[in-house]
Amino acid sequence: MIINRRQMLILLPAAAVAWEAVLAGTPDASPNYRMSDHWWGMLIDIPKCIGCGNCVRACQTENDVPDGYFRTWVERYHVKDWDAKDGEAVHGEFILTNPLVDPDVISPDGGKEGFPVATDESGKYFFVPKMCNHCADSPCTQVCPVGATFISPDGVVLVDQKYCLGCAYCVQACPYGCRYIHPKKEVADKCTLCYHRITQGLTTACCEACPTGARQLVDLKDPKDPIHEFLKTHSVQVLKPQMATGAKAFYNGLDGSVR
Amino acid sequence: MSVFKDAGHLFRFAGLFVLAFLVFLVVRHFVVPKSFGQYGHYRGAAIGEIAAHPAKFSGHETCEACHSDVADKKKAGKHAHVNCEACHGALFQRLAAPEPPKPNLYQQFVALIVHPAPPDPALLHHAEDPTTVKAVLPDTAVLCVRCHTASAAKPKGFPQVEPASHSNGLPCETCHQPHNPAIDAGGAK
Repeated sequence: MIINRRQMLILLPAAAVAWEAVLAGTPDASPNYRMSDHWWGMLIDIPKCIGCGNCVRACQTENDVPDGYFRTWVERYHVKDWDAKDGEAVHGEFILTNPLVDPDVISPDGGKEGFPVATDESGKYFFVPKMCNHCADSPCTQVCPVGATFISPDGVVLVDQKYCLGCAYCVQACPYGCRYIHPKKEVADKCTLCYHRITQGLTTACCEACPTGARQLVDLKDPKDPIHEFLKTHSVQVLKPQMATGAKAFYNGLDGSVR
Repeated sequence: MSVFKDAGHLFRFAGLFVLAFLVFLVVRHFVVPKSFGQYGHYRGAAIGEIAAHPAKFSGHETCEACHSDVADKKKAGKHAHVNCEACHGALFQRLAAPEPPKPNLYQQFVALIVHPAPPDPALLHHAEDPTTVKAVLPDTAVLCVRCHTASAAKPKGFPQVEPASHSNGLPCETCHQPHNPAIDAGGAK
Protein backbone atom coordinates (compact mmCIF):
# COMPACT_ATOMS: atom_id res chain seq x y z
CA MET A 1 0.00 0.00 0.00
CA ILE A 2 1.32 3.40 -0.97
CA ILE A 3 0.30 6.42 1.08
CA ASN A 4 0.56 9.74 -0.66
CA ARG A 5 1.31 13.01 1.06
CA ARG A 6 -2.34 14.01 1.40
CA GLN A 7 -3.36 10.70 3.03
CA MET A 8 -0.36 10.88 5.34
CA LEU A 9 -1.33 14.35 6.55
CA ILE A 10 -4.88 13.17 7.23
CA LEU A 11 -3.66 10.05 9.09
CA LEU A 12 -1.13 11.80 11.35
CA PRO A 13 -3.58 13.59 13.69
CA ALA A 14 -5.75 10.49 13.88
CA ALA A 15 -2.72 8.42 14.88
CA ALA A 16 -1.78 11.02 17.51
CA VAL A 17 -5.25 10.87 19.06
CA ALA A 18 -5.18 7.05 19.07
CA TRP A 19 -1.71 6.99 20.66
CA GLU A 20 -2.89 9.41 23.37
CA ALA A 21 -5.74 7.04 24.23
CA VAL A 22 -3.31 4.09 24.39
CA LEU A 23 -1.04 5.97 26.80
CA ALA A 24 -3.92 7.09 29.02
CA GLY A 25 -5.05 3.49 29.54
CA THR A 26 -8.34 2.53 31.12
CA PRO A 27 -8.83 3.66 34.73
CA ASP A 28 -9.89 0.90 37.11
CA ALA A 29 -13.61 1.14 37.57
CA SER A 30 -15.37 0.07 40.74
CA PRO A 31 -18.29 -1.78 39.22
CA ASN A 32 -20.52 -1.83 42.32
CA TYR A 33 -20.02 1.81 43.21
CA ARG A 34 -22.68 4.33 42.21
CA MET A 35 -21.80 7.96 42.83
CA SER A 36 -25.44 8.98 43.18
CA ASP A 37 -25.82 6.70 46.25
CA HIS A 38 -23.30 8.59 48.41
CA TRP A 39 -22.67 11.97 49.96
CA TRP A 40 -19.39 11.79 51.84
CA GLY A 41 -18.22 13.73 54.86
CA MET A 42 -16.11 13.33 57.98
CA LEU A 43 -16.84 13.36 61.68
CA ILE A 44 -14.02 14.59 63.92
CA ASP A 45 -14.49 13.93 67.61
CA ILE A 46 -12.18 16.42 69.34
CA PRO A 47 -12.44 14.96 72.89
CA LYS A 48 -11.12 11.65 71.54
CA CYS A 49 -8.03 13.03 69.78
CA ILE A 50 -4.75 12.41 71.65
CA GLY A 51 -2.45 14.13 69.14
CA CYS A 52 -0.42 11.02 68.22
CA GLY A 53 -0.06 12.08 64.57
CA ASN A 54 -1.02 8.65 63.20
CA CYS A 55 -3.46 10.24 60.74
CA VAL A 56 -0.84 12.63 59.37
CA ARG A 57 1.69 9.84 58.80
CA ALA A 58 -0.92 7.51 57.33
CA CYS A 59 -2.08 10.20 54.91
CA GLN A 60 1.49 10.86 53.82
CA THR A 61 2.08 7.15 53.18
CA GLU A 62 -1.21 6.53 51.43
CA ASN A 63 -1.15 9.57 49.17
CA ASP A 64 2.59 10.23 48.69
CA VAL A 65 2.29 13.66 50.28
CA PRO A 66 5.69 15.42 50.07
CA ASP A 67 7.52 16.33 53.29
CA GLY A 68 6.48 19.69 54.68
CA TYR A 69 3.10 19.60 52.93
CA PHE A 70 -0.10 18.31 54.50
CA ARG A 71 -3.45 17.04 53.32
CA THR A 72 -4.33 16.61 56.97
CA TRP A 73 -2.59 17.97 60.05
CA VAL A 74 -3.23 18.30 63.77
CA GLU A 75 -3.17 21.51 65.79
CA ARG A 76 -2.87 21.70 69.57
CA TYR A 77 -4.76 24.51 71.25
CA HIS A 78 -4.01 25.86 74.70
CA VAL A 79 -6.68 28.22 75.98
CA LYS A 80 -5.39 29.92 79.14
CA ASP A 81 -7.42 30.66 82.27
CA TRP A 82 -9.03 34.05 82.80
CA ASP A 83 -6.48 36.20 84.62
CA ALA A 84 -7.73 39.09 86.80
CA LYS A 85 -4.44 40.95 86.20
CA ASP A 86 -4.32 40.43 82.41
CA GLY A 87 -6.14 43.21 80.61
CA GLU A 88 -6.03 46.85 79.67
CA ALA A 89 -7.63 50.07 80.86
CA VAL A 90 -10.18 51.47 78.40
CA HIS A 91 -11.79 54.81 79.39
CA GLY A 92 -11.09 54.13 83.03
CA GLU A 93 -12.54 50.59 82.95
CA PHE A 94 -10.20 47.61 83.31
CA ILE A 95 -11.15 45.20 80.49
CA LEU A 96 -9.95 41.61 81.00
CA THR A 97 -8.27 39.81 78.10
CA ASN A 98 -10.51 37.02 76.79
CA PRO A 99 -8.35 33.86 76.50
CA LEU A 100 -10.71 32.45 73.83
CA VAL A 101 -9.61 35.17 71.45
CA ASP A 102 -5.91 34.49 71.77
CA PRO A 103 -5.18 30.77 72.25
CA ASP A 104 -1.68 29.28 71.92
CA VAL A 105 -1.73 27.06 68.82
CA ILE A 106 1.12 24.74 67.84
CA SER A 107 1.45 22.18 65.08
CA PRO A 108 5.10 21.03 64.84
CA ASP A 109 5.56 19.48 61.37
CA GLY A 110 1.77 19.18 61.18
CA GLY A 111 1.78 17.02 64.31
CA LYS A 112 3.31 14.21 62.26
CA GLU A 113 5.57 13.04 65.10
CA GLY A 114 3.18 13.95 67.88
CA PHE A 115 3.49 16.91 70.23
CA PRO A 116 5.90 17.96 72.98
CA VAL A 117 4.77 17.08 76.50
CA ALA A 118 2.68 19.87 77.99
CA THR A 119 3.61 20.66 81.58
CA ASP A 120 1.55 23.83 82.14
CA GLU A 121 -1.55 22.49 83.89
CA SER A 122 -3.42 25.80 83.72
CA GLY A 123 -6.19 26.46 81.21
CA LYS A 124 -7.35 23.77 78.85
CA TYR A 125 -5.82 21.86 75.96
CA PHE A 126 -7.30 20.03 73.03
CA PHE A 127 -6.20 18.74 69.64
CA VAL A 128 -7.92 19.73 66.41
CA PRO A 129 -7.27 17.50 63.39
CA LYS A 130 -7.73 19.51 60.21
CA MET A 131 -8.27 18.48 56.61
CA CYS A 132 -10.30 19.43 53.56
CA ASN A 133 -13.87 20.04 54.68
CA HIS A 134 -15.24 18.80 51.32
CA CYS A 135 -17.57 21.78 51.19
CA ALA A 136 -20.78 21.42 49.23
CA ASP A 137 -20.50 25.03 48.08
CA SER A 138 -16.78 25.58 48.10
CA PRO A 139 -14.96 28.78 47.14
CA CYS A 140 -11.99 26.73 45.86
CA THR A 141 -13.98 25.08 43.08
CA GLN A 142 -15.67 28.34 42.12
CA VAL A 143 -12.45 30.25 41.43
CA CYS A 144 -10.81 27.65 39.17
CA PRO A 145 -10.46 29.28 35.74
CA VAL A 146 -10.21 26.01 33.79
CA GLY A 147 -12.58 23.60 35.54
CA ALA A 148 -9.76 21.52 37.02
CA THR A 149 -11.27 21.28 40.50
CA PHE A 150 -14.81 20.33 41.27
CA ILE A 151 -17.12 18.61 43.71
CA SER A 152 -17.91 15.12 42.49
CA PRO A 153 -21.51 13.85 42.37
CA ASP A 154 -20.81 11.98 45.64
CA GLY A 155 -19.67 15.10 47.48
CA VAL A 156 -15.88 14.95 47.34
CA VAL A 157 -13.83 17.98 46.29
CA LEU A 158 -11.22 16.73 43.83
CA VAL A 159 -8.46 18.12 41.60
CA ASP A 160 -8.01 16.99 38.00
CA GLN A 161 -4.22 17.16 38.00
CA LYS A 162 -3.97 16.61 34.25
CA TYR A 163 -6.05 19.71 33.67
CA CYS A 164 -4.74 21.95 36.47
CA LEU A 165 -2.47 24.82 35.41
CA GLY A 166 -1.05 25.41 38.89
CA CYS A 167 -2.26 29.01 39.07
CA ALA A 168 -2.98 28.57 42.81
CA TYR A 169 -6.20 30.60 42.81
CA CYS A 170 -7.83 27.73 44.71
CA VAL A 171 -4.98 27.66 47.24
CA GLN A 172 -5.78 31.27 48.08
CA ALA A 173 -9.54 30.73 47.99
CA CYS A 174 -9.72 27.88 50.52
CA PRO A 175 -10.71 29.47 53.85
CA TYR A 176 -9.23 26.49 55.71
CA GLY A 177 -5.76 26.42 54.13
CA CYS A 178 -6.23 22.86 52.92
CA ARG A 179 -4.61 23.13 49.49
CA TYR A 180 -1.03 23.48 48.32
CA ILE A 181 0.91 23.45 45.08
CA HIS A 182 2.70 20.10 44.79
CA PRO A 183 6.43 20.93 44.59
CA LYS A 184 7.18 18.27 41.94
CA LYS A 185 3.95 18.12 39.92
CA GLU A 186 3.44 21.91 40.15
CA VAL A 187 -0.31 21.51 40.27
CA ALA A 188 -2.83 21.93 43.09
CA ASP A 189 -2.96 19.02 45.52
CA LYS A 190 -5.30 18.30 48.40
CA CYS A 191 -7.17 15.69 50.42
CA THR A 192 -9.22 13.43 48.13
CA LEU A 193 -11.02 11.90 51.12
CA CYS A 194 -9.08 8.82 49.92
CA TYR A 195 -11.43 8.66 46.95
CA HIS A 196 -9.60 5.58 45.67
CA ARG A 197 -10.41 3.82 48.95
CA ILE A 198 -13.96 4.93 49.71
CA THR A 199 -15.12 3.93 46.23
CA GLN A 200 -13.88 0.41 47.02
CA GLY A 201 -15.67 0.16 50.35
CA LEU A 202 -12.59 0.96 52.46
CA THR A 203 -12.42 3.84 54.92
CA THR A 204 -9.86 6.65 54.53
CA ALA A 205 -6.23 6.05 55.54
CA CYS A 206 -6.49 8.59 58.40
CA CYS A 207 -9.59 6.90 59.82
CA GLU A 208 -7.99 3.47 59.43
CA ALA A 209 -4.89 4.61 61.35
CA CYS A 210 -6.61 6.62 64.09
CA PRO A 211 -6.23 4.61 67.33
CA THR A 212 -9.03 6.32 69.24
CA GLY A 213 -11.77 6.62 66.62
CA ALA A 214 -11.50 10.41 66.67
CA ARG A 215 -12.11 10.46 62.91
CA GLN A 216 -15.01 8.73 61.21
CA LEU A 217 -15.80 8.67 57.51
CA VAL A 218 -19.51 9.36 57.12
CA ASP A 219 -21.92 8.82 54.26
CA LEU A 220 -24.81 11.23 54.73
CA LYS A 221 -26.91 9.47 52.09
CA ASP A 222 -26.70 6.15 53.92
CA PRO A 223 -29.66 6.02 56.34
CA LYS A 224 -27.87 3.31 58.37
CA ASP A 225 -24.75 5.44 58.96
CA PRO A 226 -24.29 6.10 62.72
CA ILE A 227 -23.63 9.77 61.88
CA HIS A 228 -27.37 10.49 61.86
CA GLU A 229 -27.81 9.33 65.47
CA PHE A 230 -24.60 11.15 66.44
CA LEU A 231 -25.74 14.46 64.95
CA LYS A 232 -29.04 14.18 66.82
CA THR A 233 -27.44 13.56 70.19
CA HIS A 234 -24.35 15.82 70.09
CA SER A 235 -23.55 19.49 69.63
CA VAL A 236 -21.69 19.44 66.34
CA GLN A 237 -20.19 22.38 64.48
CA VAL A 238 -18.25 22.98 61.28
CA LEU A 239 -15.23 25.27 60.95
CA LYS A 240 -15.97 28.88 59.97
CA PRO A 241 -19.75 28.44 59.58
CA GLN A 242 -20.01 32.16 58.78
CA MET A 243 -18.28 31.45 55.45
CA ALA A 244 -21.34 29.41 54.34
CA THR A 245 -19.16 26.92 52.51
CA GLY A 246 -21.39 23.94 53.28
CA ALA A 247 -18.47 22.23 55.04
CA LYS A 248 -18.93 18.49 55.62
CA ALA A 249 -16.19 17.96 58.20
CA PHE A 250 -18.27 17.91 61.38
CA TYR A 251 -16.48 18.63 64.64
CA ASN A 252 -17.83 17.32 67.93
CA GLY A 253 -16.87 19.41 70.96
CA LEU A 254 -15.45 22.26 68.89
CA ASP A 255 -14.27 25.11 71.11
CA GLY A 256 -15.05 28.70 70.23
CA SER A 257 -11.33 29.53 70.17
CA VAL A 258 -10.70 27.33 67.12
CA ARG A 259 -10.21 29.24 63.89
CA MET B 1 -32.75 44.72 -4.86
CA SER B 2 -31.50 48.19 -4.20
CA VAL B 3 -31.10 47.20 -0.53
CA PHE B 4 -28.15 44.89 -1.35
CA LYS B 5 -26.60 47.30 -3.85
CA ASP B 6 -22.95 47.85 -3.08
CA ALA B 7 -23.23 45.43 -0.11
CA GLY B 8 -20.73 42.83 -1.40
CA HIS B 9 -18.11 43.77 1.14
CA LEU B 10 -20.61 43.12 3.97
CA PHE B 11 -21.35 39.62 2.66
CA ARG B 12 -17.64 38.88 2.41
CA PHE B 13 -17.21 40.04 5.98
CA ALA B 14 -20.17 37.96 7.20
CA GLY B 15 -18.73 34.97 5.36
CA LEU B 16 -15.46 35.49 7.19
CA PHE B 17 -17.33 35.42 10.51
CA VAL B 18 -19.17 32.22 9.62
CA LEU B 19 -15.89 30.61 8.57
CA ALA B 20 -14.15 31.67 11.77
CA PHE B 21 -17.04 30.25 13.80
CA LEU B 22 -16.82 26.93 11.98
CA VAL B 23 -13.07 26.81 12.60
CA PHE B 24 -13.76 27.54 16.27
CA LEU B 25 -16.25 24.68 16.47
CA VAL B 26 -13.81 22.27 14.82
CA VAL B 27 -10.91 23.29 17.06
CA ARG B 28 -13.14 23.11 20.14
CA HIS B 29 -14.24 19.62 19.19
CA PHE B 30 -10.65 18.40 19.25
CA VAL B 31 -9.33 20.45 22.16
CA VAL B 32 -12.07 19.90 24.75
CA PRO B 33 -11.79 16.41 26.28
CA LYS B 34 -14.64 14.01 25.52
CA SER B 35 -15.84 13.72 29.10
CA PHE B 36 -15.78 17.45 29.85
CA GLY B 37 -19.24 18.43 31.04
CA GLN B 38 -20.33 14.86 31.72
CA TYR B 39 -21.20 15.75 35.35
CA GLY B 40 -20.41 19.47 35.43
CA HIS B 41 -17.83 22.01 34.32
CA TYR B 42 -14.94 19.56 34.56
CA ARG B 43 -13.50 16.43 32.95
CA GLY B 44 -15.69 13.52 34.08
CA ALA B 45 -12.93 10.98 33.38
CA ALA B 46 -10.81 12.62 36.11
CA ILE B 47 -13.00 10.97 38.75
CA GLY B 48 -12.09 7.50 37.47
CA GLU B 49 -8.41 8.42 37.26
CA ILE B 50 -8.36 9.61 40.88
CA ALA B 51 -10.22 6.48 41.97
CA ALA B 52 -7.54 4.34 40.26
CA HIS B 53 -4.81 5.43 42.72
CA PRO B 54 -3.50 2.26 44.44
CA ALA B 55 -4.49 1.83 48.10
CA LYS B 56 -1.65 1.15 50.55
CA PHE B 57 -3.52 0.66 53.80
CA SER B 58 -5.50 -2.52 53.25
CA GLY B 59 -7.90 -2.25 56.19
CA HIS B 60 -8.06 -4.42 59.29
CA GLU B 61 -10.49 -6.85 57.61
CA THR B 62 -7.69 -7.89 55.26
CA CYS B 63 -5.28 -8.61 58.13
CA GLU B 64 -7.94 -10.43 60.13
CA ALA B 65 -8.65 -12.77 57.23
CA CYS B 66 -5.45 -14.64 58.22
CA HIS B 67 -4.67 -13.40 61.74
CA SER B 68 -8.01 -14.22 63.35
CA ASP B 69 -6.23 -15.32 66.56
CA VAL B 70 -4.90 -11.79 67.05
CA ALA B 71 -8.29 -10.32 66.19
CA ASP B 72 -9.92 -12.47 68.92
CA LYS B 73 -7.27 -11.47 71.45
CA LYS B 74 -7.76 -7.79 70.63
CA LYS B 75 -11.54 -7.96 70.89
CA ALA B 76 -11.36 -8.66 74.62
CA GLY B 77 -9.05 -5.76 75.46
CA LYS B 78 -8.77 -2.01 75.50
CA HIS B 79 -7.10 -1.93 72.07
CA ALA B 80 -10.16 -3.49 70.42
CA HIS B 81 -10.72 -0.41 68.28
CA VAL B 82 -7.08 0.21 67.39
CA ASN B 83 -6.75 -1.09 63.84
CA CYS B 84 -3.81 -3.31 62.87
CA GLU B 85 -2.16 -0.80 60.56
CA ALA B 86 -2.30 1.95 63.21
CA CYS B 87 0.68 0.24 64.88
CA HIS B 88 2.08 -2.15 62.26
CA GLY B 89 2.08 0.35 59.40
CA ALA B 90 0.49 0.09 55.98
CA LEU B 91 0.23 -3.49 54.73
CA PHE B 92 1.77 -2.73 51.34
CA GLN B 93 5.10 -1.83 52.94
CA ARG B 94 5.53 -5.41 54.11
CA LEU B 95 3.84 -7.34 51.32
CA ALA B 96 4.57 -5.55 48.09
CA ALA B 97 7.91 -5.55 46.33
CA PRO B 98 9.38 -2.16 45.44
CA GLU B 99 7.56 -0.55 42.55
CA PRO B 100 9.32 -0.82 39.20
CA PRO B 101 10.44 2.50 37.71
CA LYS B 102 7.85 3.95 35.34
CA PRO B 103 8.85 3.12 31.76
CA ASN B 104 9.53 6.10 29.52
CA LEU B 105 7.65 6.73 26.27
CA TYR B 106 10.09 4.73 24.17
CA GLN B 107 9.95 1.73 26.51
CA GLN B 108 6.16 1.89 26.52
CA PHE B 109 6.19 1.91 22.73
CA VAL B 110 8.51 -1.09 22.58
CA ALA B 111 6.48 -2.99 25.16
CA LEU B 112 3.19 -2.26 23.42
CA ILE B 113 4.01 -2.59 19.75
CA VAL B 114 7.16 -4.60 19.32
CA HIS B 115 6.98 -7.35 21.92
CA PRO B 116 4.90 -7.44 25.11
CA ALA B 117 7.48 -8.01 27.87
CA PRO B 118 6.83 -10.89 30.30
CA PRO B 119 6.27 -9.76 33.91
CA ASP B 120 9.45 -9.67 35.97
CA PRO B 121 9.10 -12.43 38.63
CA ALA B 122 10.97 -10.27 41.16
CA LEU B 123 8.25 -7.63 40.90
CA LEU B 124 5.33 -9.96 41.51
CA HIS B 125 3.31 -9.42 44.65
CA HIS B 126 4.51 -11.40 47.64
CA ALA B 127 1.05 -11.70 49.15
CA GLU B 128 0.50 -15.09 47.54
CA ASP B 129 3.22 -16.55 49.75
CA PRO B 130 3.31 -14.79 53.11
CA THR B 131 6.09 -17.11 54.37
CA THR B 132 8.59 -15.20 52.23
CA VAL B 133 7.91 -12.04 54.20
CA LYS B 134 9.20 -11.34 57.69
CA ALA B 135 7.06 -8.78 59.46
CA VAL B 136 9.00 -6.13 61.33
CA LEU B 137 7.69 -5.92 64.88
CA PRO B 138 7.13 -2.32 65.93
CA ASP B 139 9.48 -0.97 68.62
CA THR B 140 7.28 -0.60 71.70
CA ALA B 141 9.68 2.03 73.10
CA VAL B 142 8.60 4.32 70.26
CA LEU B 143 5.12 3.04 69.57
CA CYS B 144 3.54 2.89 73.04
CA VAL B 145 4.90 6.20 74.30
CA ARG B 146 3.65 8.01 71.22
CA CYS B 147 0.11 7.63 72.57
CA HIS B 148 0.59 6.95 76.28
CA THR B 149 3.20 9.50 77.43
CA ALA B 150 1.60 11.67 80.09
CA SER B 151 0.89 15.22 78.95
CA ALA B 152 -1.39 17.91 80.32
CA ALA B 153 -2.64 18.35 76.76
CA LYS B 154 -4.21 14.89 76.44
CA PRO B 155 -7.82 14.12 77.32
CA LYS B 156 -8.02 13.40 81.06
CA GLY B 157 -9.66 9.98 80.69
CA PHE B 158 -6.98 8.64 78.36
CA PRO B 159 -4.48 6.25 80.07
CA GLN B 160 -1.13 8.05 80.37
CA VAL B 161 2.15 7.29 82.18
CA GLU B 162 5.57 8.85 82.70
CA PRO B 163 7.56 6.28 80.70
CA ALA B 164 10.82 6.71 82.67
CA SER B 165 9.37 6.24 86.15
CA HIS B 166 6.58 3.85 85.12
CA SER B 167 8.75 0.94 83.99
CA ASN B 168 12.24 1.83 85.24
CA GLY B 169 13.53 1.38 81.71
CA LEU B 170 11.97 -2.02 81.11
CA PRO B 171 10.31 -2.41 77.70
CA CYS B 172 6.52 -2.07 77.76
CA GLU B 173 5.91 -5.62 76.58
CA THR B 174 7.57 -7.03 79.72
CA CYS B 175 4.24 -6.51 81.46
CA HIS B 176 1.75 -5.49 78.76
CA GLN B 177 0.86 -7.59 75.75
CA PRO B 178 0.08 -4.92 73.10
CA HIS B 179 -2.91 -6.76 71.59
CA ASN B 180 -4.58 -6.86 75.01
CA PRO B 181 -2.62 -4.57 77.31
CA ALA B 182 -4.28 -5.34 80.67
CA ILE B 183 -1.64 -6.99 82.90
CA ASP B 184 -3.99 -9.77 84.06
CA ALA B 185 -4.53 -10.64 80.40
CA GLY B 186 -1.08 -12.32 80.46
CA GLY B 187 1.61 -9.73 79.98
CA ALA B 188 4.90 -11.59 79.68
CA LYS B 189 5.08 -13.72 76.57
